[in-house]
Amino acid sequence: MNILEVKDLDMSYRTIDGEVEAVKKVSFTVKEGESFGIVGESGCGKTSVAMSLLQLQADNGKITNGEIIFNGKNIVGLNEAELREVRWSGISIVFQGAMNSWNPVVKIGEQIREAMREHYPDKTKDENTKKIIELFDIVGLESSIIDRFPHELSGGMKQRAVIALALSCDPKLIIADEPTTALDVVIQDQILKEIRKVQDVLGLSLIYISHDIAVIAEMTDNMAVMYAGSIVEMGKTSKVFSDPKHAYTRMLLESTPSIVGPKKKLRSLDGEPPSLINTDPYCLFSYRCPNPDDNCQNRKIEMKLTKIDTDHYVDKCCVNCG
Amino acid sequence: MENTLIEVKNLEKYFEVSSGLFSRNKAIVKAVDGISFNIPFGSSLGLVGQSGCGKTTTARALSLLDPKTGGDINFYNTETSSMQSIDELEGEELKKFRRNIQMIFQDPYESLNPRWNIKDIILEPLNIHNIGDLKDREEAVYEILKTVGLTPPENYMPRYPHELSGGQRQRVSIARTLIMKPKFVVCDEPTSMLDVSIRISIMDLMLNLAKDLEVSYLYITHDLAVARYMCDRIAVMFNGKIVEIAETEDLLNNPIHPYTKRLISSIPIPDPSHKRETYEVNFQELDSLIADNPNSGEMIEVSSNHFVATHDVKGIL
Repeated sequence: MNILEVKDLDMSYRTIDGEVEAVKKVSFTVKEGESFGIVGESGCGKTSVAMSLLQLQADNGKITNGEIIFNGKNIVGLNEAELREVRWSGISIVFQGAMNSWNPVVKIGEQIREAMREHYPDKTKDENTKKIIELFDIVGLESSIIDRFPHELSGGMKQRAVIALALSCDPKLIIADEPTTALDVVIQDQILKEIRKVQDVLGLSLIYISHDIAVIAEMTDNMAVMYAGSIVEMGKTSKVFSDPKHAYTRMLLESTPSIVGPKKKLRSLDGEPPSLINTDPYCLFSYRCPNPDDNCQNRKIEMKLTKIDTDHYVDKCCVNCG
Repeated sequence: MENTLIEVKNLEKYFEVSSGLFSRNKAIVKAVDGISFNIPFGSSLGLVGQSGCGKTTTARALSLLDPKTGGDINFYNTETSSMQSIDELEGEELKKFRRNIQMIFQDPYESLNPRWNIKDIILEPLNIHNIGDLKDREEAVYEILKTVGLTPPENYMPRYPHELSGGQRQRVSIARTLIMKPKFVVCDEPTSMLDVSIRISIMDLMLNLAKDLEVSYLYITHDLAVARYMCDRIAVMFNGKIVEIAETEDLLNNPIHPYTKRLISSIPIPDPSHKRETYEVNFQELDSLIADNPNSGEMIEVSSNHFVATHDVKGIL
């Protein structure tokens, strides 16, 4: 069963230079218990997608089209009170750098209880505390952390506590937006393990957002590659890695160094991602494409994610690439 | 052995920290605690380790930005064709020597003066060191911009840092570093702020320049995969000390120290079919190695050019 269905989502930001189309015609589904990855470079719209799902985008951001169907119900256009039911107890999010979002003068446990009080007004403080201890156990924190202040914890511990906070109201879907970006590799490895364990133990669905294709390879069942606000390739993670179709996906894979396998020459890409103001509906990667064909160069084919195999979709422009 | 360019012996950098504004109690933080390594001409050494292990402190001590508190840094003096300690240098001599060592910083957004245009930014080191007349200097800026791939240079010279992308800014940092024709460049995570598609072009640029201009790098990074791409040898640092140092492939394939093993096993692999397992720290191999080499001192050479530290890390690892 699909826990989340996103259909033709458009989201844009109003700026003094014009309308920035940060998310364009994005569609994907997340099944129950599945782990779905979104990978792309800075500014490609991955965080904008995450924020749209919870409708927490900045004040100048607006969903202009599309549906977000969570648990069978379209949540686009719900009012704040209705959204509050969805946020945290339906979909929760671990923000990028969330470990720095703790209030420095309130104990960790109290901050988690605050969120729980909002969603479970009938539960007692002791019941909430008991739940927090259980969650701390899952993410590998000692129960004494409840009475600690944020400055007493290391970065990794704070991030674990953030994950516990995200789990506190029994969400069905967790969005993890670059949850390990500011952390060391050893700590990153531990956090990734905790997230996987949490997912297993509680049977949650996960959307994992990262710029790091290696982390996506390890963490996800299915994945989408985003470029300039659009999904350009999507499918089973193993398939996208073994048989990448889009020129941009290939570039991402060939530009990531690895410590295993023979040392190989890595490929780089010239140019910059395009501005997302007043874009046309054609492939925005064509300006940087290393071997564009005529269709690509003349910019004739409108962007559309096209099925090329079971569980494998690629933008129409690149269906016959390579 | 190849000619040594720089030789570091028991480098120490201690910081005194006081516990309060009026406190007399001083504690000492041993940020870099007796590290030694050599870098041959034209070779690059990677320094990897987690944040707070002393990588950047080492970089700043080596580039003479912060004075070291102990140990020796010896540099090959091309004029006398012999190794010379930097402690012997003073005044004009030291200033002249500084041209040989340059540094590239992590953040291209903060390391360039936003009020200066690109030409003035790159010109500054030439002005400080009073090299050539104005015409020579401007020509040098023009040439170096071409070298780092910011072409045509006349388009970039009048621009300001905010008009450039992250990758272009880092090219400006590299240009400013290389205009002094240094022999040794300390690079402190120069690509960690850049997107993957741009990162490789900067790394390739640095590799090509190293070959063409015979520059040696000390390349600091927390990412072993990047170090593998960039460096001939890798030193793994933990808690202010080097725990293992070896040729790059040797270190990745035959790590000995438990910290190195754990670090290597923590790196995600960009291949979904690869099943990675995190190494459970144990000291058996290291302990028996130490037992077999009772008089080895601080480092044991386990194979050619592969050294493992013997100091006690139990309890902190």
